[in-house]
Amino acid sequence: MLKRTITILLLVLLSSPAVAAGGEVELRSRSWSFSGPFGTYDKASMQRGFQVYTEVCAGCHSMKLIAFRNFIDLGYNESEIKAIASQYEVKDGPNDDGDMFLRAAIPADRMPAPYANDNAARAGNNGALPPDLSLIAKARPNGADYLYSLLSSYKDVPDGKDVPEGLYYNTAYPGHLIAMPQPLYGDDVSFSDGSETTIEAVSADLTQFLMWAAEPKMEARKRIGVAAVFFLCIFVIVSYLAKRRVWADVH
Amino acid sequence: MSAHEFKSPVVRWIDHRLPVFSMLHHTAHEYPTPKNLNYMWNFGSLAGLSLAIMIVTGIVLAMSYTAHVDYAFLSVERIMRDVNHGWLIRYIHMNTASFFFIVIYLHMFRGLYYGSYKAPRELLWILGVVIFLLMMATAFMGYVLPWGQMSFWGATVITNLFSAIPLVGDSIVTLLWGGFSVDNATLNRFFSLHYLMPFLIAGVVVLHIVALHRFGSNNPIGIDSTGPQDTISFHPYYTIKDVFGIAVFLLLLAVVVFFFPNAMGHPDNYIPANPLQTPAHIVPEWYFLPFYAILRAVPDKLGGVLLMFGAIAVLFILPWLDKSPVRSARFRPVFRIFFWLFLVNAIALGYLGGKPAEGVYVILSRIATAWYFVHFLIILPLLSVFETTKPLPKSIAEPVLTGFSSAPEKAFAAPRRL
Repeated sequence: MLKRTITILLLVLLSSPAVAAGGEVELRSRSWSFSGPFGTYDKASMQRGFQVYTEVCAGCHSMKLIAFRNFIDLGYNESEIKAIASQYEVKDGPNDDGDMFLRAAIPADRMPAPYANDNAARAGNNGALPPDLSLIAKARPNGADYLYSLLSSYKDVPDGKDVPEGLYYNTAYPGHLIAMPQPLYGDDVSFSDGSETTIEAVSADLTQFLMWAAEPKMEARKRIGVAAVFFLCIFVIVSYLAKRRVWADVH
Repeated sequence: MSAHEFKSPVVRWIDHRLPVFSMLHHTAHEYPTPKNLNYMWNFGSLAGLSLAIMIVTGIVLAMSYTAHVDYAFLSVERIMRDVNHGWLIRYIHMNTASFFFIVIYLHMFRGLYYGSYKAPRELLWILGVVIFLLMMATAFMGYVLPWGQMSFWGATVITNLFSAIPLVGDSIVTLLWGGFSVDNATLNRFFSLHYLMPFLIAGVVVLHIVALHRFGSNNPIGIDSTGPQDTISFHPYYTIKDVFGIAVFLLLLAVVVFFFPNAMGHPDNYIPANPLQTPAHIVPEWYFLPFYAILRAVPDKLGGVLLMFGAIAVLFILPWLDKSPVRSARFRPVFRIFFWLFLVNAIALGYLGGKPAEGVYVILSRIATAWYFVHFLIILPLLSVFETTKPLPKSIAEPVLTGFSSAPEKAFAAPRRL
């Protein structure tokens, strides 16, 4: 009991990440399909999120850790993945003549980045580097709620707040001044399944996709976890009873 | 070690030439253990289990890890995404590190409360502090390996501390870095040492156990065993109790590994290391926070470093600071109050170490740091002299104090919940 109490105390105490400097981050939470011990990703939502990423985000943000083959997790089958990959061009080579060449991507390729390197990305974005989004949902405190809030928290600048050129006002961003211009205004995309295209709905779909990208093995993890915890609960009970029995003659 | 007659002729043949079975028999059956150990005595075996888990998962991780600044972060993500069950191995390794420290801290506080560091167990305690120091070095270097933002900046801050040492400080830092900044050479030597040090720990653990077996475990009453009525054999009593402890430990570990694997980590470490961009707050892993708070409480760099190492050095001389002949806090009413104060103070230091070094946090850190040292250097020596302790029981088997017949059969009958 004491151990448990102290463990929980430590967990609570130490899992609170250091609060970033400047303006307080205002997050809006949402009940995500992937939260909780039985949580799973919503495949339809992830597919829509992937569409939002390609149509809105991919112009500036790379996702270098994601390969096309990984989209099997989104519910696409092999031929669909081949079709998706073939829409992209990747650099390959050198060929037998020693030259680099462009070819259509295959499922084994990782998603090509929009810029050749970080300097090109900065040059194209007012000096700010658009971060790679592969791990973004794990690289920020409360990643899912943070991304969801960030995308829908562009607000009118309050009186007296000075917003320098090239920065934008966003109440979910630490310090409230972000270099990314507002990406979503509502109805930015049209979904073939007829889903909502409000800023909130689109942000939620994108967040679902980015959470998967950061933690693609979550479903397997939780599935094994439920079995492991169930097994260990029984192990705890059995070992406790065995302990009682062995100690019976000492008491 | 008395020669034991084993039934199997094969075992006898081997044991005659290599007495491993005699050793096991001695540990399990002849080694007397106090019968009144409570669950706070479970953390030794849990620490051993943690070390084993860390070594096994670490060796497997090393098979897929690349110690190079350009590939380290990517190779870890490769483990997380493409290596079969790599995510599981890594999450176990990451979180068992934290659990190892939880276990060790509980193990140490157990020792503090029940006076397990006192004669004749001073060396046992000191070897434990050596293990703790080695663990801190190993954990620090391990945290650098994924080469995320916190890895890089944590390494930069901590290695820079050594530059505070007069005259040779800068040379030491260059040696640690293998160059003039935290870079590829640093990562390589940290990986090499991170692989080496767990085996050094295992070596010191062997010494720790040899020293333990010299006089056996301390116990909640803190008095020596007076005879066989006070002790039971380790097996099956404490083996089964340890199995139960291990089951609970694994259950808690599984809950964290499978459902909160990143709760004890910092999100910034999922951002690749960038020497040109300093994170808003550089914080070490949670288990270093109390010492980090002590470091930052002092405005002078050298002073902070000295105090931080002093906070551990003071543990080495603890057996000679607390000279009270009574071991267990159960019979030391004043010490007991100060023990809990010290525990609260240590947790407060941990909390403050995670806060930015500004405003009221600095003042509180200074008070808590001062109290840490006052406890060891002033309170404990004074208590050794001035505290009136409660009368001790005559033996472990006879826990009721005065006005009780000391007939052994009655003492035996006295039920004692553990």
